[in-house]
Amino acid sequence: MLRKLALAAVAALTISASSALADDALFHDLGGRDGIATIVDDATANFLADPRIKATFDNTNMDRFKTNLTDQLCVVAGGPCVYKGQSMHDAHKGLHLTNADFNALVEDLQAGMDKVGVSFATQNRLLARLAPMNRDVVTK
Amino acid sequence: MRIDVLAALAAVSTSLLAIAPAFADDAPQPASSGSVIDQGMSMFDDGKLLATGGVSDLEGAGGGGLATWALTTGYGTRDGVGLDGHFTYIALPDYSLWTEGVAVGLWDRVELSYAHLTFDTEKVGAALGLGKDFEFDQDVVGAKVKIVGDAIYDQDSWLPQIAVGAQYKSTDHVDILHAVGAKSGDGTDFYVAATKLFLEESLLVDVTLRETKANQFGILGFGGDKNDSYSSEFEGSAAYLFSRDFALGGEFRTKPDNLGIAKENDAWDVFAAYFINKHVSVTLAYLNLGNIVIKDNQQGAYLSLQVGL
Repeated sequence: MLRKLALAAVAALTISASSALADDALFHDLGGRDGIATIVDDATANFLADPRIKATFDNTNMDRFKTNLTDQLCVVAGGPCVYKGQSMHDAHKGLHLTNADFNALVEDLQAGMDKVGVSFATQNRLLARLAPMNRDVVTK
Repeated sequence: MRIDVLAALAAVSTSLLAIAPAFADDAPQPASSGSVIDQGMSMFDDGKLLATGGVSDLEGAGGGGLATWALTTGYGTRDGVGLDGHFTYIALPDYSLWTEGVAVGLWDRVELSYAHLTFDTEKVGAALGLGKDFEFDQDVVGAKVKIVGDAIYDQDSWLPQIAVGAQYKSTDHVDILHAVGAKSGDGTDFYVAATKLFLEESLLVDVTLRETKANQFGILGFGGDKNDSYSSEFEGSAAYLFSRDFALGGEFRTKPDNLGIAKENDAWDVFAAYFINKHVSVTLAYLNLGNIVIKDNQQGAYLSLQVGL
C-alpha cells in the first residue's frame, strides 16, 4: 500500500515537473526574450506601416510599447518576465477598435513571426493564447 | 458535356488566377467618407483572417465540401459583410455533378446562400431510358444563423461556434423522381453545426447534425418508398492547417436510405484547400459518394473555386 502511494507520488511529481517544463516550451520556441523582442520589433514596424491600424499608435510612446509588448508576450508564452503595462481592457479603452483592427494586428504579428522564421504551428500556439484578448481589445 | 464544363472551368480559373495577383497585395484602404460607392464597398471590410470563412460546400453554404460548418461565409467581420460565389465540378466514373452558387455573410452572424446543382447522368441516362446526358437540376436556398460561440477567438473555452440553418431544395423532373420511388421533388433540411478551430493544434473540426429526407442530397428527390420521414444524419470535417493559406482534411457524411431501387451509401472525401488570398480559393478533393442508382463506387475528383469580395 505504502509502496503504491509512493509510486503514485513519484508519478504525480514527474507529471507536474514535465508540465512545468512544457509551460515555458513556447517561450523557448519563440527564441526566449531576445527572440520575442525581435518579433516585436518587426511586428511594430508592420503596425506603423499598416494603413488599417497605424493611426491607433498616434499617441503611443513606441519604445515603452515595445518593451511592454515584449514582456507581455514573454509572460503569455510562459517566460520569466514581468508585464508592467496596463490591463488589456484599460489599454484599449476608448480606442474603439474593431474586430477587423484586431485581425489586422494579428496579420502584422504573423508577418513579423514569419520574418524571424517562427514556424506556423508555433505561431498558432502563441496566437491561441492571445485570441481571447479580443474580448478586451475590441470595444466597438 | 464533361469536356465543355471542364474547359469552361479552366477558362474561368485561368482568368481569375490572372486577376488574383492584382488583389493579392491591395492593403485595404481606410473607410472613405467619399462617394456612396466607397461607403458601400467599405461594408466589405475583409476583416476576417484568411481561411476563416471556410469554402463553399456542395449545397452552397459556408463549410467544407460535404459538411456545412457553423462559420459564416466570406470575410466580413461582425461590422461588415462578405459576398462570394463558387463553381464546383465533380467527375465521377458514371456521372458528373456541377454546382454554382452565391452566398452572403452578414455581420459574421447570418448567412444566406443559393446554389444550383446540375447532375448529369451521362451514359446511365441512356441505360435507364432517359437519354444520354439526361440532367437533373436542383436549386438550394439556404439560411444559417450563428447562435453562440466564436470558432476562432474562444481559444480559452471548449465551446465551439454553433449555428443553426435550413436549406430548401427543389429538384426538377418530379415525374421521374416519383417513378424511382421518391415522394417529393422538394424538401427542407434543418441542421445544427458546431465548428471549432483548435488553434494550439492548428486543427479545425466540425460536427453537424442534419434532419433531412433528401435522396442523394435531393438530386433524387425527397422521401421514398422505403422511408418517408426525416432521418437524423451526421456530417463532419477535420482539417489540419499547414500554413495560413493551405489546409488538408477529410470529411464524412451519412445520408438517408429512402429508395427501394438502390441502396444509398455514406459519403467521404479527403481535400486540400488553397487560399490564394481573401478573394480566391481553390479546393481539390477525392470524393466517394458510394452507390448512385445502378452504379457502385462513385468516387472521383472534386474541384471547387471560390471567389469573393
